[in-house]
Amino acid sequence: MSALLEVSGVSVSFDGFRAINNLSFSIGPTELRAIIGPNGAGKTTFMDIVTGKTRPDSGTVTWGEKGISLLKLSEAEIARAGVGRKFQRPTVFEDQTVAENLTLALKSPRGPLAALWFHLTGAGRQRVEELAAKVGLTDHLSRKAGELAHGQKQWLEIAMLLAQEPKLLLVDEPAAGMTLAERELTTAMLVDLAKSHAVVVVEHDMDFVRRLNCRVTVLHEGSVLAEGSLDHVTADPQVIEVYLGRG
Amino acid sequence: MTLPLTETPTPATQAPAPLSSFQKYPGGPGAEPPAGSGAEPRGSAALAPRSFLAKNPSVFWFLLALAVLTAVVTILSPALGMGAMSTSFVKTLGKTLCLCIAALAMDVVWGYTGILSLGHMAFFGLGGYMIGQWLMYARTEEIVVAALASDPIPPTAIEIAQGVTTQIFGVVGSSDLPLVWSFAHSLPLQLMLVVLVPGVLAGIFGWLAFRSRVTGVYLSILTQAMTLALSLYLFQNDSGLRGNNGLSGLQNLPGLAETSQDDLSIWFFWASALGLALAYLLCAWATSGKFGSVLRAIRDDEARVRFLGYPVEGFKLFVFTATAVLCGLAGALYYPQAGIINPAELAPIASIYLAVWVAIGGRGKLYGAVIGAALVSLLSTWFTGGRAPQVPLGFYTIDWVDWWQVLLGLAFVCVTLFAPKGIGGIFDRIAPPDRKGAPLGPDDGALMEKEARE
Repeated sequence: MSALLEVSGVSVSFDGFRAINNLSFSIGPTELRAIIGPNGAGKTTFMDIVTGKTRPDSGTVTWGEKGISLLKLSEAEIARAGVGRKFQRPTVFEDQTVAENLTLALKSPRGPLAALWFHLTGAGRQRVEELAAKVGLTDHLSRKAGELAHGQKQWLEIAMLLAQEPKLLLVDEPAAGMTLAERELTTAMLVDLAKSHAVVVVEHDMDFVRRLNCRVTVLHEGSVLAEGSLDHVTADPQVIEVYLGRG
Repeated sequence: MTLPLTETPTPATQAPAPLSSFQKYPGGPGAEPPAGSGAEPRGSAALAPRSFLAKNPSVFWFLLALAVLTAVVTILSPALGMGAMSTSFVKTLGKTLCLCIAALAMDVVWGYTGILSLGHMAFFGLGGYMIGQWLMYARTEEIVVAALASDPIPPTAIEIAQGVTTQIFGVVGSSDLPLVWSFAHSLPLQLMLVVLVPGVLAGIFGWLAFRSRVTGVYLSILTQAMTLALSLYLFQNDSGLRGNNGLSGLQNLPGLAETSQDDLSIWFFWASALGLALAYLLCAWATSGKFGSVLRAIRDDEARVRFLGYPVEGFKLFVFTATAVLCGLAGALYYPQAGIINPAELAPIASIYLAVWVAIGGRGKLYGAVIGAALVSLLSTWFTGGRAPQVPLGFYTIDWVDWWQVLLGLAFVCVTLFAPKGIGGIFDRIAPPDRKGAPLGPDDGALMEKEARE
C-alpha cells in the first residue's frame, strides 16, 4: 500500500528550540493513526507543518500517488488537495448560522468568482442536511454558531470537516470537553471514517486512544519514539521512561 | 499523575455504536433552540432557497426611500420651476449620494471583509480626475474653436490642440500636452480610465500588501501612505494634472453650453440616485450569498478560512479592487457636480472621514453606511457652511465652522463607546432583522436572548 502522506526527515526550530527533530511519518489512504506524546513533544507543530502553517527548515512532505510536495503549496492549496484539520478548540464562524458554516465548508470551487455565482443546489442542500442530521444539529441549522453549546460546536466543526470531503483528516483532541457518551460516538465515527479516509488523531486521553484500537505513534522531543499497537508501545521501556520521567 | 499506560486494554468489541445514534444526539446543555423564536425558519427550512428580497429586506425599504427622496427633490428643484430648493442644494444632495456609494464600498471592504482601508478616497479622487480630464479638455476645445472661428483662415487641428494646451496648462507655465492627457479628447476612453486607473492601482497595491500578509493596523497605515503619496505627487506641476490648481470648470458639460445649471444639477442628481440604487443592489447581492459568507468568515477568522481551502488573499484582493473601482465610479459622478477637483481631495483625512461615516452609520450593514455618510456629510456641509447659529457663551462664542471637527470627533468617540453598531443599530432595535443574536459571539447572543424573554 503506497502512502497517502509521507513526511521524512523534517526538522524545524523556533528561536533555537528544536520543535521537530528529523521526524519521519507516513500514513496510508485508509488508515487510522493515533499520535500521543507528552506536552511539547511536537504534536501540534507536526500538524502545522502538514497543513502548511509552519515551514520546516529541512526535510520533505509528499502527498498522494503523484508525490506532490506539500511544502510548495499554501495553506489553502493544501486544504484543497484534501487535507482537513480540526482544531483543539472548536473554531467555527460564530457570527454565522450553522447552515452557513456548513455551506462554507461544503466541497465546491473555492475562487472569489465561483463564490459570487455560487448557488446551493439540491444535492448540496441535501448534503448539508445529511451532515447536520449526522451530528444532531438539524434543529439548529438557522441558529448562529456562536449560540451553540461547547459540545455542539465540536460536532459542528466535525461536520464541517466532513463537508470538505478531505482525503486526510487531522483531528486534534476531538474528545476534549465531551461527555462519555459523546466520546463513544466520536470514537465510532472516527473508526468508521478510517474505512474510507486517512485519519490522524492527536490525543492525550489514553482511554480514548485504546478505544480507537489502531496503530499508535509516540512523539517525544520532536521525533518518533515508538510506533506500533498500543500494547506494543506501552511495553516499550523508552516510552515508559518518558512518561514516568514526566509524570 | 497516574500512569495511564498500565491500564488493562478494553475489549475491542465494546466500542462502535452505530452511527445512526448520532441522530438521537441531544446536544448537551442548551441544546434546544430557544422557544418562541417565531418567524425564523426552523431546521432544514433554513436551507430553503429564498428570493433576493427575502434575504435582503433592507433593499426594498432602501430603494423606496431613495425613490421618495428623488421624487421630492425633483418636485422641489429649480429645474421644474418650484424653486423651493436652490440649485446648489440639489448639487449638494447629488454629491451626498455619490459619497454614499463610496461609503457602501467602504462598508464592504471594512465592515464585511475586515480590511480597514484608509485610502479608498484616493480611488474616488482618481475617478474624478479621469472624468475631469475629458470634461476640461472637451469644454476648452469648444471655447478655442469658437475663438478661432473669427479668424479669416479656418484653424487646423494642430492649432486647435495647441490652443487647448495653452488654455489648460498656461496656469502651470507649460505649453506641451502631458502624456497622461493622451486620451482626454475621447469620452469613451476616459470613461474606461475611470474604471482602469483606480482598479489597476488598487490591484497592484493590494497584490503587494495582501501577498505579504499585511493585515490590521499595518495595512491601514500603508493605505494612508498610499493616498498621501498620491496626493503629494498630484500637487507637483510635473504630474501633468495641473498641480495644486487641479481641474476646474467641470460643472460645464461639453456640448451643453445652453443648458442651465438648474437642469444639469437635477440630471446629475438622478444619475447619482440611480448609481446609488445600482451600487446598493450590487453590494447587497454580493454580500448576501456565499461570497458574503466567505468575506465575513475572513473578517472573523482568516486562518480558519485558509484551512477550508479558500484563497484568502485572492478574496481580499478581489474585494479591495472591486470596491476601489466602485469608488472611482462614484468619484466620476461626484466631481462634475462639485465643479473642481484638486490634490487636497486625495489627502489622507478624506479617507479617514469615509471610515468615520461608516463607523457612525454602523459597519457591517449596508444601510448603516449610507445613513452615516448622508447624515454626517450633510451635517458637515451645514456646520461648515456658516449657516449654523453661533453659540455665545459670554466669554467665548462657539463658531461651528471651527468647532464642527470637535463635535464630529466627540460623536465618533461616543458611537465607538456607547453604540458600536452605529446608527444602523437603532433600526435593528425597532425591527430586529433576525433573532440570531448579536454579531459578536456567544456572550452577546446570550444577552439578546435574555432580553427577548423579558
